Amino acid sequence: MKPLVIENLSKSFEGLQAVWDVSFQIEAGERVVIIGPNGAGKTTLFNLITGVLPPTEGRIHLFGEEVTHLPSHRRTRLGIARTFQITNLFPELTLHENILLAVLGTHPRQYVMHKAVTSFGPIVEKTQSLLSEWGFEENMHTLVRNLSYGMQRQIEVIMALACDAKLLLLDEATAGLPPGEISTLSSMILKLDPKITLLIIEHDMNVAFQLAHRMIVLQNGRVIAEGPPEKIKVDSKVQEIYLGEEGVENA
Amino acid sequence: MEALGALRGGELRRPMELRKLLAYFFTAALLVLYPFIVPSQYFTTLATQVLIFSTFSMGLNLLLGYTGMASLGHGALFGAGAYVPALLSKYVINNFWIGMSTGLLMALLISVVFALIAVRISGVYFIFITLALGQVIWALVFGWKSVTGGDEGITGLGSPLVWPSFSLSGGNQYYYLALLFFLIVLMITYRVITSPFGHAMVGIRENESRMRALGFNVWRCKFIAFVVSGVISGLAGVIWAYYTGFVNPRDASFERSTEAVLMVILGGSGTFLGPVVGTTIILIIKNIVAIYTKRWLFVLGMAYILIILFASKGVMGALKGRLKGLLGQT
Repeated sequence: MKPLVIENLSKSFEGLQAVWDVSFQIEAGERVVIIGPNGAGKTTLFNLITGVLPPTEGRIHLFGEEVTHLPSHRRTRLGIARTFQITNLFPELTLHENILLAVLGTHPRQYVMHKAVTSFGPIVEKTQSLLSEWGFEENMHTLVRNLSYGMQRQIEVIMALACDAKLLLLDEATAGLPPGEISTLSSMILKLDPKITLLIIEHDMNVAFQLAHRMIVLQNGRVIAEGPPEKIKVDSKVQEIYLGEEGVENA
Repeated sequence: MEALGALRGGELRRPMELRKLLAYFFTAALLVLYPFIVPSQYFTTLATQVLIFSTFSMGLNLLLGYTGMASLGHGALFGAGAYVPALLSKYVINNFWIGMSTGLLMALLISVVFALIAVRISGVYFIFITLALGQVIWALVFGWKSVTGGDEGITGLGSPLVWPSFSLSGGNQYYYLALLFFLIVLMITYRVITSPFGHAMVGIRENESRMRALGFNVWRCKFIAFVVSGVISGLAGVIWAYYTGFVNPRDASFERSTEAVLMVILGGSGTFLGPVVGTTIILIIKNIVAIYTKRWLFVLGMAYILIILFASKGVMGALKGRLKGLLGQT
C-alpha cells in the first residue's frame, strides 16, 4: 500500500495557480525531496496533503484511503505528520508539555478528563523516552520559547515523530539554521527509522542530495523534473532554473 | 556524597508533605467552623456569596483561562441554572434535588446550543457571538412576563425540600450547601486541568492550528470545554437561586457575565485558584462600595481597566512571579 498517491492536484488562489496538475506517488520507506524556487508551491502542496487547504481539483490518497476531503486531524490519525517551515510549537509551554501534547494528539484517551494524565503509563513513558532518545531530558522543564532556535527546529521533528507517523512531511527542517546546526538536523533525519516514509521540502542542496532517494522539482506549481538525485543534478532544466548559480560555482 | 544528598532530599520532603497535610487540615477546619468563628452573620453571608460565585468563575475559568475562549454569555447559563428551579418552585414543586437536576439539564441544553453556534468562531467574534446569545436568554426572561415575572422576577424559592422531612433554612445551612458544591467543583476542576483533556485545552489556547496538525479534533475539544464550563456555571446559578430565594433578570444579564470574566482575570485566568481569589476580592470590594455608592458598574469598569493595565496576569500570576523571584529562579 503506497503511503501517498497524488492525482492531478491543483490549487488556485483567486487567479494565482499555486499548484498545477501535480501527480506523483511515494513508496513505503522512500525518502523523496521536493526542491524548487521560492513560490513554486511546495508548502501549498504540503498544506493540501495535510488538509490545511482544500484542493481546487484532484485527489489525494493516504495509505490507500482517499482523504481529499478529510479534515487535518483525521489525516494525522491515518499516520501522517508534518513539521512547519516557520517554527510552530507551543512557546509558552515547557518542552515536556509540547511533547506530551504531540503524544496525546493521536492517543485514544485524549478526551479523558477524570484522571490525571500522569496516571496513563504509556503516555508518560512515550513522552519520556522521546525526550531521552533525542537527548532533551535536561531541558524538559524549560519553556520552549527559551530554547535555542536550533533546538526548536529539532523539537519540530520530535513532535512529528511522537504520533508514530508512518509518513513524515518535513517542511524545510533546516530553515534558518547556521551551517553547524544544519548537519545536526540532517543527521537527526538520517537516524530516523528507515521504515518511516519521508517527504521533504529542502532548500539546502547539500542536505537535499544527502537525504533523497528521489527528487521532485517544482516550478510555478508544476512538476518540471523527477528522478534520482544523480539525474536531477545533471538535468539541464533544473540547472537552468534552480541550480543555475550553484552549478556554475561547483563547475 | 550521593547518599547524603538523598538523605537530605528525604528529610526535606517529609516536612513538606506534613506541612501540606496540615495546611489542608486547617483549611478544611477553618471552612467548616467559619460560621461560628466570625463575629456576625454578615461574614457568613459574604462567604456564601464568595463560594457560589467562585463556583461560577471556576466554571468560566475552564473555558476562558484554560481553553482561551472568552465567553461573555456565561451569565445566561448562570441564569438558566437559577431560573429553572425558580419556575419549578412557582408552578410545580419546591424540591432541591429536582430543582437542581432540571436546572443543570437546562444549563446543559443551552450550553450545547450556544456551543454549536459559537465554537466555530474564534477570537473577538467569539466574544461578540456569546454576548449576543447571552442577551437572547436575558431578553427571554425579561420579556416573557406572564411566565418569568419580567423585571420583577420570581420569589419564594426559600426553604426547598432536601429530604422528605427536611428543608433548607437559615444562613448557616446555605453556607454549607454552597461550600459542599464549591468543594465538588474545586475537585472536578483539579481533575480536569490535570487530565489529558485539560492538557488539550491548554494546547488549544496556546496554538490551535498546531493542535489540529497533531491530530486533535479541536472543534470537539472546544465544544466539550464549553459545555462542561457552562454546566458548572449553571450549577452556581442553581445554588444562587436557592440561597437568595428569588431570581430576577439580572441573574441572566450581561453584568453577571462581565463580573465573572473580571473575577477570573483579576485572580489569574488559567490558574487553579485564581478565580477564587478574584471572586473574593471583587465581592469584598462590591460590598464595601455598596455602602457608599450605587455605581457598582462604574467601579467594575474601572477595576477592569486597572487590571488589564497593571496586572494582566492577575493576582496569582503576579504572586507566581514574586515567589519565583524569592526562590532565585527566573
